[in-house]
Amino acid sequence: MATICEVAQNHIIEVKGFSFYYAGVDSPNLKNINMPIGEGAVTALIGPSGCGKTTLLRCFNRMHDLYPGNRYRGEIVFEGRNILTKKEDLIKLRTRIGMIFQKPTPFPMSIYDNVAYGLRLQGIKSRSELDGRVEQALKDAALWKEVGDRLKESGTALSGGQQQRLCIARAIAVEPDVLLFDEPTSALDPISTQAIEELIIKLKERVTIVIVTHNMQQAARVSDYTAFMYLGDLIEMGVTEELFITPKEEMTEQYITGKFG
Amino acid sequence: MTRQNRRILVNKVVMALSTAAAVAGLIFLFWIIGVLFYKGFGALNLDIFTYDMAPPGREPSGLRNALVGQLLLVLGASFIGVPVGILAGTYLSEYGGKKSRLARLIRDISDIMMSTPSIVIGAFVYAVLVEPFGHFSGWAGIAALAVIMVPIVLRTTDDMLQLVPGSLREAAAALGAPKYKVILQVVFRGAKAGILTGVLLSVARVAGETAPLLFTSFSNNFFSTDLDRPIASLTVTMFNYATSPYEEWIDRGWAAALILALFVLGANIAGRMIVRRKR
Repeated sequence: MATICEVAQNHIIEVKGFSFYYAGVDSPNLKNINMPIGEGAVTALIGPSGCGKTTLLRCFNRMHDLYPGNRYRGEIVFEGRNILTKKEDLIKLRTRIGMIFQKPTPFPMSIYDNVAYGLRLQGIKSRSELDGRVEQALKDAALWKEVGDRLKESGTALSGGQQQRLCIARAIAVEPDVLLFDEPTSALDPISTQAIEELIIKLKERVTIVIVTHNMQQAARVSDYTAFMYLGDLIEMGVTEELFITPKEEMTEQYITGKFG
Repeated sequence: MTRQNRRILVNKVVMALSTAAAVAGLIFLFWIIGVLFYKGFGALNLDIFTYDMAPPGREPSGLRNALVGQLLLVLGASFIGVPVGILAGTYLSEYGGKKSRLARLIRDISDIMMSTPSIVIGAFVYAVLVEPFGHFSGWAGIAALAVIMVPIVLRTTDDMLQLVPGSLREAAAALGAPKYKVILQVVFRGAKAGILTGVLLSVARVAGETAPLLFTSFSNNFFSTDLDRPIASLTVTMFNYATSPYEEWIDRGWAAALILALFVLGANIAGRMIVRRKR
């Protein structure tokens, strides 16, 4: 069984006996995962390629439902209810739990329309409210200074790092409770990476963050808790400093010291 | 002769042959364009656009009714063919999925339809829309052209939508967008230039069709916008005029050919420019 530390914060998400099966595959890709996600904390998921960290992340907003045949077993409890049921309103769920992808995904529209997209989906039409919230989101994403005077230009014309911050602005504009980051800096240069990491640390004051990263230094820099996964199992979850300095599981130690991975 | 000299010689021979073949191809292309422009511009005048067709010897006369008829036929076909093609292409790319047997069947049938000789489509529409009503009509012509258009638009829409990265669809869904909004607001935007190019190419393709119109809209020597009756078109008029014994008709046939060629060329250039601007 996995070693799971105490999570002091309120558990905004609780994964209970959770397994996940990809379409057409009989053996589970995630096996009997149990883990809490602390409210207002940054939880990092680390592990070698193919260990299931991205698969797990995409369960929290049920991204796997976009493709037929994927199956969930067990429970993921969010705000007191199991979100894996058939009657769960996925559209509402995804406005509460936002996601940032590995490659920046600006829509082929203006910077303004990109950030306003989620707001408009929620039915906000008032120009003044949209203007205010777009500006605020861009400021919160540390992008306003660079694009504030050219909001009408295409979002796809920005640099990679700017595009990723635009995607963060778009996600936080709708004020979600949880933000899922799927290796958000793996396609970016070191300076853009630093900007995103600083942003993550700033954002956790108001939103819970779960981040998948293949970069252990990144996990150590930004996260409060780190969970190490291997071959679909959660091996160990601990307070980040403790997990990296005094891991309890032998496999965790081997991985963080570079013996495999 | 050394091996190396031999190799150099073979290289020169192959290069000369392939260059000659390319030049031969280009000679015919420029020959066609040259003759078309020479004869066409010589026959082109303002009367062509302002007067209707008339019997030989009666002046002034032009091609106004054929131009208007052609425009109505192509517009009518586009109104039917473009929405059907785009919607069907959207189904294949966004709803059909890669494993769906229905989607695969539709793709295969559409590909077969694309290579069906247009005269066969004309004969089919004749049997369905001309014979039962007892007369040729503009509607039948529109139907024939629309049938030719659908597979072209469907194929490009399907291809262009599939070029939109899946991550864009996921990003929109992750913001809480329902599927139809993901498609309408994000995927279509990403594929806009490609779809528009496909539409333009399909318009250019049907604008040059003659065979299916011979069976369906036939022709009309008088000005008419009544789609329930036979209607003139540039292509059929060109055929009739070019095969006639009257010199002024033959000239006007060249004018029709030039107008048609310029229109098709314009549509193709517009299509290419859209693609280039996108990049």
